[in-house]
This record gives sequence, structure tokens and C-alpha cells, in this order.
Amino acid sequence: MIELEKDAFGKLIYVAKDGSRHAALPVRAFPLTSPEGGISLLSPAGKELAWIAEIGKLPERQRQLIEESLHQREFLPEITRIEAIDGASVPNLWHVETDRGSTAFRLKSEDDIRRIGPSMVIISGESGVNFLIRRVSSLDRHSRRLLMRFLS
Amino acid sequence: METGGLLRGLGYTARMQDIPSKEALIEAPLEPGEKLMASLESNLDDALRFSSSFLFLTDRRLIGLDPSGQWQDWGRTGLELVKEEHGGVGRIELRSDRLLAAWRYTLDRDAAAKRLLDCFRGIEEEARIDIEGSEEEAQPPSWTLFRLRRFAKPYRRELFTGFLLTLASTAAAMVPPYLTMPLMDKVLIPFQNGIPIDKSRVALYLSGLFMAALAAWILGWARTYLLARVSERIGADLRVETFRHLQSLSLEYFGGKRTGDLIARIGSETDRINVFLSLHLLDFATDLLMIAMTAAILLSINPWLAVVTLLPLPFIAWMIHYVRDRLKHGFEQSDRVWSEITNVLADTIPGIRVVKAFAQEAREVARFKHANAHNLEVNDKVNTVWSLFGPSVTLLTEIGLLVVWAFGIWEVSRKTITVGMLTAFLAYITRFYTRLDSMSRIVSVTQKAAAGAKRIFDILDHASSVPEPSNPLPIGRIEGAIEIRKAAFRYGQRPILRGVNLSISPGEMIGLVGHSGSGKSTLVNLICRFYDPLEGEILVDGLDIRSLSLAQYRRNIGLVLQEPFLFFGTIAENIAYGKPDASKAEIVAAARAAHAHEFILRLPLGYDSLVGERGQSLSGGERQRISIARALLIDPRILILDEATSSVDTETELEIQEALENLIRGRTTIAIAHRLSTLRRADRLVVMDRGEIVEIGSHDDLIAKEGAYHRLYQAQARQMDGEAA
Repeated sequence: MIELEKDAFGKLIYVAKDGSRHAALPVRAFPLTSPEGGISLLSPAGKELAWIAEIGKLPERQRQLIEESLHQREFLPEITRIEAIDGASVPNLWHVETDRGSTAFRLKSEDDIRRIGPSMVIISGESGVNFLIRRVSSLDRHSRRLLMRFLS
Repeated sequence: METGGLLRGLGYTARMQDIPSKEALIEAPLEPGEKLMASLESNLDDALRFSSSFLFLTDRRLIGLDPSGQWQDWGRTGLELVKEEHGGVGRIELRSDRLLAAWRYTLDRDAAAKRLLDCFRGIEEEARIDIEGSEEEAQPPSWTLFRLRRFAKPYRRELFTGFLLTLASTAAAMVPPYLTMPLMDKVLIPFQNGIPIDKSRVALYLSGLFMAALAAWILGWARTYLLARVSERIGADLRVETFRHLQSLSLEYFGGKRTGDLIARIGSETDRINVFLSLHLLDFATDLLMIAMTAAILLSINPWLAVVTLLPLPFIAWMIHYVRDRLKHGFEQSDRVWSEITNVLADTIPGIRVVKAFAQEAREVARFKHANAHNLEVNDKVNTVWSLFGPSVTLLTEIGLLVVWAFGIWEVSRKTITVGMLTAFLAYITRFYTRLDSMSRIVSVTQKAAAGAKRIFDILDHASSVPEPSNPLPIGRIEGAIEIRKAAFRYGQRPILRGVNLSISPGEMIGLVGHSGSGKSTLVNLICRFYDPLEGEILVDGLDIRSLSLAQYRRNIGLVLQEPFLFFGTIAENIAYGKPDASKAEIVAAARAAHAHEFILRLPLGYDSLVGERGQSLSGGERQRISIARALLIDPRILILDEATSSVDTETELEIQEALENLIRGRTTIAIAHRLSTLRRADRLVVMDRGEIVEIGSHDDLIAKEGAYHRLYQAQARQMDGEAA
């Protein structure tokens, strides 16, 4: 069983079997293809402290602690709608609606749009933020038509 | 010496004259009932100048030409035949207690020489005469297109429907000009002569015209849609088949080909064939049908006028034929030049670091420019002929029209035909000639498509040099015992391995040591069956690997190369490359064992991070650990490490070493390493030199022996000391 705590700064603390306490950083192994599939607790130096094969099997309190910590750091906005694209060719400005609000980003090159698996697309904006489209087919017609101009 | 050389020279010329024909040679020396068992046409003389001579082996004796051009024979007992080779020249010597005769040949005849030798030594084999090389019949390139039949077969039904639709739509297009005849003769001309227009008749003809146009529209649409669909599928099948075949070819084939050329063949050539089938061939067939139908209708209306109308046709056909010959080579050449351009790109783009490091950008640009200029030149030549062609066809058709007008007016004046007939004729032949014009375009596209088809069939006709056995022995998981018996291999003329014997027990780790070029990698390639040995055999668990199913056999082999190749895709996909259905837990376990887990987790998208050509950039050590995880995941019985740690620094090597320890455990391992320190875990070290094994033993034994290994070790130790100092 994994012992977890939260310190006064709101940071996650992992308590090892010998009772020693380590600052821990939860990291998803497969953030896109299987977000719940495996979570590793890394020390600040990048060493693995513990491996959680399935987060769903953890007791409620631990799970909440980990999810809280994940939510604070994970930033992978999911595009729900593409409003408009300024400019017919790259570099151009994409106005999008995401699950974290509407925003705009610059796309530098068509290589920054990548398919992952059969339905997922990752778009890396110029500022380094990755935008996720989980299912291309679930976008509306307008968004899909805009996307298809750049997606091979 | 001087006279000797002269005499030899005379002998040489005499022999050339003395050889009348190959058939006569085979006929001449044999006695009745004598059976020919093997033959060799040697092609070099004693001074290594090209010159034919012959050596025949029959069931009774050995027959050969001596230097003076006389037949000579020797009995089969008490003699010895010896085969040697040096520098690409093979030599067969006939010896008793002294040298009796010798024949020299280039190594392309080596197989025949070997057969002759085997026969002589009593290894019976079917008599085969190897004088005549199998010369392929030269076919005109257009014939290659017929070989596409094979790909059209699955679509027979659709193609037949398409043909019927073509027939119907062409027939529908024939109706309107026919209706101009009664419109003229029964409506317009009577009206000019004062008879009022019969409105119901006009309505009938006009609705006929309309219906015909409508039918032609619908049928034409259905036909084009159906046939374009089919040809798109044929093209796709062709592309996939070519790629599938390419994947099945041995490494030897890829070694001799340039990437750009292969990419061009599979990419653009299949596309060109596709366009040819869906557009040009379809149009051409329609045109042919239309011409046949038009000719039939014209002949039925008025045979004389029809003959005059059709007169220019043979001229145009002749012109097409003439230009076809001229363009044939031009297009083939332009294709070759095109792949030359692609080759420059394929060379320069992956090698861009070298180009820049040596500041050779200008030279590469010049090379590209040169290839491009060549392209321009070839196309200019083709275009000179081509540009004249189109206008000439137009001129001929105009003249044809002129003839019809003149003849028609004369006939009308003699009242043998009506004005309506002449109008119908003119309407028909205007269409007719425009079709001829477009038909002439088929010449160039057929040539281009045929050239493309030829280049694709070049790939498809190439048989793999490591063929899949016809009845492969099924093997599951092997034990991992490897036995190499007298394996010999040669790249072109350079012998790489000369009779290597080695047996490796299951779970043993062998370190292969030797200078570069000593044959280590080739030996490993033979074990993986990337090539087959020219002589000797390789047994795994007592079975010749040539008798095993390639895919099943290779599933037992894990390979870690010097330059780990990662495909474009996520890290998880790359690790699971050899076992695509691996679970996430298996992937993570493999990555852990390869010491890759933690650095993967530090990447922003973890195992879902993209790597490969355009993705996340990883260091050499990181890439290597991913490739180790890839090998670990398939849990191979035989593991091959080909300089797995050579491209990384010592510190990274230590990390990789740890990962490798996990990989090696319990598997038959063959490791090639330049740094001898990496082989400290090897059970036995095998030292190779110039294609032979010179020493086998443990590190301590070999050091004690003070032989080749000792020298290698000393050299490296000195180098290390030098670095340390």
C-alpha cells in the first residue's frame, strides 16, 4: 500500500516503507492513450519512487491526493471546436475553443500537427503548449473542415 | 620472353578464328553415346585477356581447348581438378603430378565451375550446359502494360460492366449527328423551297436530340465513375503488392539500390500507371469504339463519301507509329534522369550534417543543378519531336475536312447525295477527327506508363536471394544452439568469410572480436539470414535455417544495432514494434529492464511522446535503450548485439551495459564490440581475421596465449592509457 501525504505547501509527499519521506511528483506514463493506465511517482531528481498500475484501485484518499496534484500540473488543453484559422498557409493563427476556455495560438509548421493512433491529434503551438483533439470525428463539421486543410 | 609473348598473342588470335560457333563446339568433340555432364566456358586466357575457351566434362573424359586452339582430352582417372580464385578471377587447374592445363574465368561463371568440379569429383548431378546464358526476350516496353492484367483480374466484372457502359454511351453520342440528316432534308430544305415547317416533326427530332444527349450524359457519368474507381483500386493493389514484395527482398537488394530510386518507383510510377488506366486508356478505348461506329455509320450512308473521309486515317496512324519510336527512348531516359534528381535529394537530405560540416552546400547545389540540367536537356529533345506532332495532326485533319467539303459539294451538285447527308458527314467527321487528335496523345502516355510499369516489374520480378522454403519446417520457440559449418560468403568479388566453423551452445555468450572488415558483421548477418552463405550451412537447434520459415525464425532473434533506428511514432509503439499487441504493462516492464523507464517518464508525454524522424529528439544512449527495450519485449532466444555500445560515450555505455545485462541473461548472445571491455561477460571470445576464425577462448586464455587477441588488447590498453594521460 502506498502512503501519501500533503505537506504544508500543498506538495505531495511519499512515505517509503522505511518511514523516510520524499517529495513526489505523479506522472502519467500514457497521458494520451491510457491516462488511467499507469502513474509513476517520481522524486524531484527523476527517480521512480513508486508505480501505480491502476489509479482506480487506490483507496479514495490517496487517489484524490494524486489527482489533485496531477490537475495542478497537467496542462493539455483539449480542443472542442476550431473557430477560425487566420491565414491559408503556415504560419497562421488558430482560434480555438478548448475545455479550458477559448484561446488562440500560432502554428509554425504543418509538422506540428501529429496524429497519434487512429483518431487522436496533437497540435503544438508556437509557445510550446500542446493542444489535444481526442477524437477528430467528434468535432463539428466546421472544425473538421478547417483541420483537414492541414492534416494529411 | 619476347617471342613467348608474341607466340601467345598469335595463339590468341588463332583461337578467336578457330571458334566458329558454340553449337559446333558442343557437337564436335563428343563420341557417339558419350554423355555431357558439365561444361564451363572460360572467358580469360593466360594473360588475363578476354577470350573464350571451353572445358567439357563427359562420363568418359575431360575435353578442353589447348592454347593452340586444338581439342585435347584427358581421361578421368589419376587426375585432379583444383579451383582457385584471386582478385575476382577464378582458375581451374588440371593436375597429375604436374600442371596439365588451366582455365581462367570471371567469377560470374563460378557456379558453372563449381558444378563441373563437383561432377568431376563424382558428385552426380543432372547434365546442364551452361554455355548459353538465358537471354531474356526483348519485348517492346508497351508489352509490359499487359502484365498489369494480373492486377485487373479481381475486377473482371466491373471492367466488363464498364465496357458495356462505354459501348452504350458511345452509341448514344452517335445519335445527334444522325438526326441532323432528316432535320436538313425534311425540314429546313423543304422550308427554303416554300413548304411550311412541320412542327410535330421538328418536336420529334429535337426531343430525340435531347434524349440522346441525356442518355449520353448519364451513361458517360456511370462509365467514368465505375472505371475510374476500378483503376484506382488496381493502382492501389499494385502499389501495395510492390511494397510487400520489396519488404520480402533480402538486404542484398537494398544494398545495391538507392533509396530515392525505390521511393520514386513505388510512389510516382504507380501513380502514373494509375492515371494512365483511369484517364488515358479509358479515353482511348472510347475513341476506338467511336471511330469504329462512325466508320460503320458513314459507310452505311454513302460508301464513297465514307472512303474519302477515312482517307487521312492511315497517314495519321503512320505518323503515330513514327513518333512512337522516337519518343520511346526519350521517355525512358527522362524517367532515369528523374530518379537521378530524386537520388540527389535522398542523398543530401539525410546527409545534411556531413554536407554542412564540409561546407559543400554549393557542390550539392551544383550536383542538383547538373541533374536538373540533364533532365531539361532530355525533355527538350523529347519535346522537339513532340511539339511538331500535335499541330501536324491538326493540319492533317483540316485537310481531311477540306477533301470532304470538296467531294461532298461535287456529289451534291450531281445530286447523288442530299445536303442533309453532307451535313451529317461533316458533323460526324468533325468529332471523328477531334478524337483522332486526342488519340494521338495516347502514344506518349502509353510510353510513359509502360516505362513506369517496366520499372515496377523490375522490382516484382526480383526474387529474394533468401527465399522462403517451399515447405518450411514449423518452429516455435527455439533452444538457441547455433552451429556454423564451413560458412563462406562474398560481396561481389571480395571474399568476406572463408569457411567459418563455430558452434555455440544455448545460453552461451560469444564475443566476436577483430579488426573492422574481418567478417564479424557478415557472420551475424548470416545467422539472422539476411543473406545466405554461398557455401556451408548454419544450423539452429540442428536444423538448417534455410529450411525454416523466415518470419518464425526471426521472431526468435533480437537485434540491437549500433545505430538504433526509431520509427516515426510514439515511444510505446517503438518499443512494441516486434510485438504490436503487447500490453502496456509489458511495455513498461521492458522499458524498466532496459533502464529506459525513468527517462521516458521525464518526457512531457511519457510513453506517448513522439520519436523518430520528426519527433522528440533523444540522445544516442536514450535511443539505444529504447531499442534494447524493443529487443527485450519479444523475449528472443538468440540475441545479437552489433556494436550496440559503440556510438555512445563511456558513461552512457555503463548505463547501457546494465540494461544489456538484463537482456543477455539466459539467451544465446553474440556480441560484436570494438571496445573489448564491453565483452567482459562473454563466455568465449572468438577472434576473427580476414574472414577466418583465428582464436577462440576466454579472455584470460587468449591473453596468456599472446596471439591476435593479445595484440588487440594491448593496442586498446595503450590507447586508454594515452587518453588517461
